[in-house]
Amino acid sequence: MNEELHAIAATAAQICSEWTPEAAARYSGGWADEVWDSLTKAEFTVLPVPESSGGAGAGLAEAAVVVHEIGRAAVPVPLTETALLAGWLLTAASRTVPTGPLTASAPTDMAVDRCAGGYRLTGKLSRVPYGHLAERVAVLLDRAEPLVAILDSPREAWERGRNLAGEPRDTLLLQDTFVPGEDVTEVDATISGRAFRVRGALGRALLLSGAMEAALDSTITYAGQREQFGRPISRFQAVSHHLAAMAEEAAASTTVAMSAATAGQQPDWILTAAAKAQAGRAAGVVARLAHQVHGALGFTDEHPLRLITTRLWSWRDEFGNERFWERQLGAAACAAPDLWTLVTDPAEVRANG
Amino acid sequence: MSSRVLPIDVVRVPPGLEPLRAEVRTFLDSEIRRGAFTPQCDSWLTGWDEPFSRRLAEHGWIGMTIPRRYGGQGRTVLDRQVVLEELLAVGAPVAAHWIADRQTAPSLLRYGSEQQRAEFLPEIAAGRCYFAIGMSEPDSGSDLASVRTRAVRVAGGWRLTGTKVWTSGAHRAQWFFVLARSAPDTGDRHAGLSQFIVNLRAEGVTVRPIRLLTGEHEFNEVQLDGVFVPDRYVLGEIGSGWGQVTSELGYERSGPERLLTTFPLLAALVSEVRRRADRDPAAVAEIGALTSRLLTLRQLSLSVAGMLAAGKPADVAAALVKDLGTRFEQEVAERARMLADEMPDPDAAPGTFTSHLVRGLLHSPGYTLRGGTNEVLRGVVAKALERA
Ligand SMILES: Cc1cc2nc3c(=O)[nH]c(=O)nc-3n(C[C@H](O)[C@H](O)[C@H](O)COP(=O)(O)OP(=O)(O)OC[C@H]3O[C@@H](n4cnc5c(N)ncnc54)[C@H](O)[C@@H]3O)c2cc1C
Repeated sequence: MNEELHAIAATAAQICSEWTPEAAARYSGGWADEVWDSLTKAEFTVLPVPESSGGAGAGLAEAAVVVHEIGRAAVPVPLTETALLAGWLLTAASRTVPTGPLTASAPTDMAVDRCAGGYRLTGKLSRVPYGHLAERVAVLLDRAEPLVAILDSPREAWERGRNLAGEPRDTLLLQDTFVPGEDVTEVDATISGRAFRVRGALGRALLLSGAMEAALDSTITYAGQREQFGRPISRFQAVSHHLAAMAEEAAASTTVAMSAATAGQQPDWILTAAAKAQAGRAAGVVARLAHQVHGALGFTDEHPLRLITTRLWSWRDEFGNERFWERQLGAAACAAPDLWTLVTDPAEVRANG
Repeated sequence: MSSRVLPIDVVRVPPGLEPLRAEVRTFLDSEIRRGAFTPQCDSWLTGWDEPFSRRLAEHGWIGMTIPRRYGGQGRTVLDRQVVLEELLAVGAPVAAHWIADRQTAPSLLRYGSEQQRAEFLPEIAAGRCYFAIGMSEPDSGSDLASVRTRAVRVAGGWRLTGTKVWTSGAHRAQWFFVLARSAPDTGDRHAGLSQFIVNLRAEGVTVRPIRLLTGEHEFNEVQLDGVFVPDRYVLGEIGSGWGQVTSELGYERSGPERLLTTFPLLAALVSEVRRRADRDPAAVAEIGALTSRLLTLRQLSLSVAGMLAAGKPADVAAALVKDLGTRFEQEVAERARMLADEMPDPDAAPGTFTSHLVRGLLHSPGYTLRGGTNEVLRGVVAKALERA
């Protein structure tokens, strides 16, 4: 990481520290609105959005660094949704991107009917992160000629849901819902459901790798303090090997996720697939070992470890679990002229797949 | 016949036990059908249902190995194993009597006074008397011999002072065995420990909830403030607590619940894959992999039961089964989420695949900790290898 990225990471970490341990422990749904305000002031919520669309005009790498910090601090904010997904869709639709909070969805089976003055949509937006809290929802209608529809979030209409960490995952039923023509824009064919999934997966891989680092920090500290048989448990080789295994998985996950994000303005989909598969697999290992080392204490609601592990157990399944991405990679490997070409292809060749 | 590496016998369920299995199955089917309980993962530690326990007792399925003169059934360890397997396979709510049946009763039979046996065993077998385990303390987990709870001699008995933690079910059970230091540590850390039978409603006992990471109230902190324990409630010999508690841990570690905690999820996963039109061959192969491990572990678990029935030491075999079995329990949850490609929605309706998944997953940290961590169990296996 260069100095500029380090500085962004440090600022992001500083902002995340506004989310106090007490607030985190009390959290039972909703979001960290004050942290969001600070992120907004720092322009972090629209980092990769071009200035012409109201963003900060930075690259994907800058955004990735911030997302990683959010994951490490386990702050409930729709940052990946706003910065990586909605911001991207709105830019593609030549819209100015509001500061948010925004969220996004790419339903696979939405019926779209043209009507006087606009469109009528029928279908479901399932388990949308922070749905009822977002001001706008960017909906990608993935068709031969893809459309982006921008809905004012009908706050009361969402069916509230949550993930294992209590973060909102809300569902919205659209029943012949009218969307005025000016809020629906035809976009370039590269704005596909698949590209949406790649960006979502990249966001989750970054969050996961940040959270794994946090799990590791907590576990190292605990293993150095907890004594059994007259010595810190970190002195038992079985325990120190657990710490090493966690460190390896976390470092590998961060490295590949960051690599996928620093390939250019679009994520490198091959590396993103690898990153999400790696992070998904590692999340289970890291959560298991973190709990194993923390003993019964870490299994309680009073211990902050749960704030990390319930997120690891949730995020890994979003935007395709490791099996999904392994399949994608397997198919790409079989379709490539040969495996080594696929591994060494420059990122530009494979952006978006 | 046995393994050459570690002492494990090969044991098969005697054919004569199939009628018993069928009888238990019929009973459980009808209980589920009439809605008496909803199957769930981890039901043996967290499914507390006293009326259900009493109904089991009416069928003679609690305290099966307790001699008839103490109100039990005088049946064999393998008879009991069959009943346990059936209960666990459907995730029945057996937590109320589980600890009393599994470890309290055998400890009383081995170390208890005649008066203690007469007092507790018939009530345990009737599914009315529930026990908790008072071993762990804030600073004594894996290193159990370091317990600090003190027992001080007074007229007619002992006064106990200290704090026990992670005491499962202490807010609902009537009694627990407390491991305490009755003489100062003079170098041999295993000497000077004793076990006491303590009433959880006695004066000086305070039970406070410690919530699981899910918010559920299952275990507790139990504070003992000079709790008086009369001489008649000393278990076994004063000063012999370490040997006794080690034997108790043997019962605690050896059962089939150490591999079947997430079986309801595995069964639901198979239904889920079967139901799907594509019957994804990769998913079928993975179910095959899990099934092969289940079959292996179940045979190992039968070996442990068979060795206990034959009066052979089974500590090493039990440690091995618990290490492999509890990791299998976690693996089931990990595989299930991936194969079913299902979000672990915490609000899923009870009894559904997703609800089994969520519970199996969220409870998984406990599997490889409770009853002795897997690292400690491997220590037991490693020691056996040194002897081999
Ligand atoms: C769901 C649940 C229910 C429980 N119910 C009860 C109950 O009813 N009654 C009761 O008394 N207790 C109960 N316990 C406590 C349980 O017995 C302890 O959690 C267990 O003994 C481990 O102790 P600890 O949690 O203090 O971890 P620690 O002993 O502090 O261990 C922390 C980590 O260090 C490792 N470690 C420690 N020593 C060594 C070593 N020598 N070599 C290698 N690694 C080592 C451990 O394996 C673990 O990974 C329960 C626990 C759980 C999770």
